[in-house]
Amino acid sequence: MSRKHRSYLYLLIGFAAIIGLSFPFEAGLNSYDMRIVINVGISMILAASLNLINGFTGQFSLGHAGFMAIGAYTASALTTMVFGTTEGTTQELLFLVVLIAGGVSAAIAGLLIGIPSLRLKGDYLAIVTLGFGEIIRVVLQNIEPLGGSLGISGIPRYTTFIWTFGILAVLIFVTENLMRSTYGRGFLATRDDEIAAESVGVNTTKYKVTAFVVGAFFAGIAGGLYGHYNSLIRPLDFGFLKSVEIVVMVILGGMGSTWGVLLAAALLTYLPEALREVELFGIKFRDFRMTIYALSLILLMIFRPQGLLGDFNAEEFIRKIRGKPKKPATTET
Amino acid sequence: MSLLNLKNLTMRFGGLTAVDAVTETIEPLLLMGLIGPNGAGKTTVFNMITGVYLPTEGQISFDGQNLVGQKPHEIAGTGIARTFQNIRLFPSLSVFDNVRVGFNNALSIGILGSILQPRSFWRGEKEIAEKIDHLLEMFGLLDQRNELAKNLSYGDQRRVEIVRAMATDPKLLLLDEPAAGMNPTEKQKLMSLIRYLRDEFQIAILLIEHDMHVVMGICERITVLDHGAKIASGTPEEVKNNPEVVKAYLGHSE
Repeated sequence: MSRKHRSYLYLLIGFAAIIGLSFPFEAGLNSYDMRIVINVGISMILAASLNLINGFTGQFSLGHAGFMAIGAYTASALTTMVFGTTEGTTQELLFLVVLIAGGVSAAIAGLLIGIPSLRLKGDYLAIVTLGFGEIIRVVLQNIEPLGGSLGISGIPRYTTFIWTFGILAVLIFVTENLMRSTYGRGFLATRDDEIAAESVGVNTTKYKVTAFVVGAFFAGIAGGLYGHYNSLIRPLDFGFLKSVEIVVMVILGGMGSTWGVLLAAALLTYLPEALREVELFGIKFRDFRMTIYALSLILLMIFRPQGLLGDFNAEEFIRKIRGKPKKPATTET
Repeated sequence: MSLLNLKNLTMRFGGLTAVDAVTETIEPLLLMGLIGPNGAGKTTVFNMITGVYLPTEGQISFDGQNLVGQKPHEIAGTGIARTFQNIRLFPSLSVFDNVRVGFNNALSIGILGSILQPRSFWRGEKEIAEKIDHLLEMFGLLDQRNELAKNLSYGDQRRVEIVRAMATDPKLLLLDEPAAGMNPTEKQKLMSLIRYLRDEFQIAILLIEHDMHVVMGICERITVLDHGAKIASGTPEEVKNNPEVVKAYLGHSE
């Protein structure tokens, strides 16, 4: 298999694995466990899409939940108010349409917000994106046709294991391929040194806005998945804390490490649930599980400031396992 | 026709006039030096040419185009490349990728092409990779190809910066103190490298340098700045014997 088609092969393997896994998962898990699995998948999409902005491009955005909200509201409103509940193939097709519509509207919002705010750097950008995230939430709270602060309820539950993880697979495919192209190099160069990047002709604004728009697009799709699983969405679900949660996943996983970020998203979504059940020396962890959660964040940042997989290189790792030497330099000297 | 024209170029920071009405032209294929005591405004001139600063007054035209008001990446696209006084590489990228960023604009592939990666994408990538390896070989950096830029020695980092600048296929190369921190042997090598760059790539080079041995040794023309103003211009011999220049560097007796 030439490396030209490897990404497509991995995508196919991913799809096959997801479909294969869906049977035991649907059959063997109760609805509570299934909810955790789907939530893990949605968190992974959110974290991996924010990683494109915060990790690879180095633009500290604190408003990702805002894009998720726009996607969730667009998709849910389309389903409940325009299409209505459907079944079978029509349902699957319409679900795809509303998810993409949610993604596109979030991407447009990303473009509108990105162009003015990406002129700022670091803390200033963080504050502006935080502000935009809150504006989106407050605006939604005040649109009566969209339910105001009560939100939209009675959304049909279309989101399945296959939908969630299928979209995650597409996101990983898009990210990994982008990172191997001029876009990926533009993102990384922008992160490392903007002035140097500009000096060799890299339009840093273009790359920042692109990362922002692609990230917002997938956050919007994650919102659509969330709405169609929860069957109820409220503006409060997409508040500042949600944005922070996603940022924590990215930092914890290791900025710019797709696999690390996915791992962190899974752990941070699963851990608070898992700690409910733990009992040690007669102490029930459920009572102070959030304390343990917070403590583990602090410890991790002290002992692994680069994140879980911050300096982990998958290709390097596979080479090591196979016992092959480091990539040889090109033949002639 | 001259390649670069600076006309009455002025930069004021608040009450400080860093560059004061400098007029200068650079011919194609010329090796030109820009010297002056510390704080004379040399790097400020570079920053105005490359669009990092917007000049307070004056005009810059390059190859017949006006550069004032253009963004740095647009100016890079017209054929001006530069290096920095404090090396600015992409520290977390490999040497190969540092240079590859310089080829970003040579690859005209859209976002869909980048995601779907059709055959043309790989053809473009392969062509670029061959060009990069060729450049790295020319500069003796092929062995460090996969090393991260931040792990290189100081001298190697300087050379990678030059290779990255050359990747944009410039007509004019601006070098900001390329010999800083080098020992005499390295300086000697740098001088032949700069000459080689000009002859091999047929470009004009403008360099800022404090080391007089380097400047006098390779520059065909030299311009001297002092307190932002141009005080002399000419061949190395003329500049060396100019009383204004001697005064600027050594002070004068009353």
